[in-house]
Amino acid sequence: MSKHSLDPLERQTDEGAQELRPQHELVVTGGPWPELEGESQTMIINMGPQHPSTHGVLRLMMELDGETVVRAKPVVGYLHTGMEKTGEELTYVQGATNVTRMDYAAPLSNELVWAMAVERLLDVEVPPRAVWARMMLQELGRIGSHLLFQATNGMDIGAVSMLLYGWREREELLRLLEMITGLRMNHNFIRPGGIAADLPDGWQEETLRVCNIVEAGIAEYDSLLTENPIWLERMVGVGTITTEQALSLGVTGPILRSTGFAWDLRTAQPYLAYDEVDFEVIYTENGDCFDRYRIRLYEIAESIKIVRQCVEKMPRGDYRLQDKKVTPPPRPRINESMEALIHHFKLFTEGFKVPAGETYVTVESPRGEIGCYLVSDGTGKPSRLHIRGPSFYNLAAMAPMMEDRLVADAVAVISSVDPIMGEVDR
Amino acid sequence: MPDDAPREDEHKVDAEAPVVADPVAAALLEHFEGAVFHESHGQPVVYLDRAQWAEAAMFLRDEQQFTMLLDVTAVDHLLDIERLHVEGVAPERFEIVANFISHPRNRRIRLIAEVPAADPEVASLAPLYDSADAAEREVYDMFGITFPGHPDLTRILMPDDWIGHPLRKDDSPARVPVTFKEDPGPR
Repeated sequence: MSKHSLDPLERQTDEGAQELRPQHELVVTGGPWPELEGESQTMIINMGPQHPSTHGVLRLMMELDGETVVRAKPVVGYLHTGMEKTGEELTYVQGATNVTRMDYAAPLSNELVWAMAVERLLDVEVPPRAVWARMMLQELGRIGSHLLFQATNGMDIGAVSMLLYGWREREELLRLLEMITGLRMNHNFIRPGGIAADLPDGWQEETLRVCNIVEAGIAEYDSLLTENPIWLERMVGVGTITTEQALSLGVTGPILRSTGFAWDLRTAQPYLAYDEVDFEVIYTENGDCFDRYRIRLYEIAESIKIVRQCVEKMPRGDYRLQDKKVTPPPRPRINESMEALIHHFKLFTEGFKVPAGETYVTVESPRGEIGCYLVSDGTGKPSRLHIRGPSFYNLAAMAPMMEDRLVADAVAVISSVDPIMGEVDR
Repeated sequence: MPDDAPREDEHKVDAEAPVVADPVAAALLEHFEGAVFHESHGQPVVYLDRAQWAEAAMFLRDEQQFTMLLDVTAVDHLLDIERLHVEGVAPERFEIVANFISHPRNRRIRLIAEVPAADPEVASLAPLYDSADAAEREVYDMFGITFPGHPDLTRILMPDDWIGHPLRKDDSPARVPVTFKEDPGPR
């Protein structure tokens, strides 16, 4: 037998086990149990980081008095992989592959905010086709993220069949994204200077087909859940938050809109071409779990509206900037032009240099305001990349939502906040 | 009208200060001595002395309707090849950056304060905005900048017993050796 055997059975012995056995017989007798004297006793339990309803590796420390949550505190960091540090080691061309993995349920928002920050530092403008394609992809990403929410939220509350329905529609959407970008997730499609490739042949028909499928899907969810008495019982009035609390906590997105505050960056501070499309900002008044569910459901319908307008109005022309220092030349050019080959080689080996400066760019992601604070030191790699993940701030809202509610409601609250831990921990 | 201008300027510290188009930045410059306005790619940025940090945030919240503190982060300029030069700002190793938004006025502003490496300390904004709580813990964790006045300044992303601050430029990623399962020791 080797000295360092890995087989645990070979190391087991009965030695010393005798002393550990109890000396007297253990018996359990029935009540009456002694009454707790004085104030009720509380205990602290951990929910997560491996709890199935915590959407990844969120850990909640909860102080419980019986079944009531007295205090709750989210503990994060279990998915910390140093992505901001990694971002300092990657060139501006490679950077999108890094940021797209942060909010993995809506990767296109991350890519957009990164690309817009780099473009802001370079002071370049992307052509109209890239702007509209980006906007369409944003909305497709929003639909995908909200479908994911509908599926997992349904499962967390007990409507397990919702998981299958949500996934069914999301699958169609991911296939569409695969057709357009080449990948189902972590697309690396929106890059500084435009988009990686032109929209493929037949994208209009496919996009409209998926829009129709999703539209039928959300009508089904609506009839299945919105007036379901069990659903209402679990959701209405649970996990309420006020506008003042949300503003102070830095909460954005559907959670802020559920408190009656109709703030959406797409209309308040329009970027891309959001001022040229017609859509409504969905908001409700009560700030509870049910409102957050409703907002996300109806936002899918608004996003479909925007996608249809994008299909209709998509301009022709270049899909990326024709600046050889920022975007690679078209592939056929490389075969015939020495300069094109050099530019292509330089761009993918050392990238392009960005003048020294700093900027903060924001986008309305499905979870709220995602921001990118980018500092350049005049080289080919950023000196500092910081992503303001909306989930990082939205998590703090869980504590006021859960306090003085039951543990069972805590699951509804976690689900309705819709946190993505990859973005929280980065 | 032009006759009045020179007399107005006499009261100002810097007579050649550029015209500040942003009303919030102009108000900050008026209230805080030594504050410098910089337009960074179309966005208003105000550089402040770090002693005025919390006071400026309170001014923004209470008198300028800045309803939300979006983000607090920091930058380590130790290894910068080239650095953005802003007239009137003495550069230090660290910079602390806070982004604010005013929903009623639909405006944004960014405050930046220089923080020396010898004494990395800035007053906490957590008593003013709840959102600063987690954000400042992250800055402390990643850069080792401390925030007097913060209710619970502990590490947030790294383990509690971690040594060092990962986003500092002198904290090399290769400092911690990679160990594999079943290996006798780190490679």
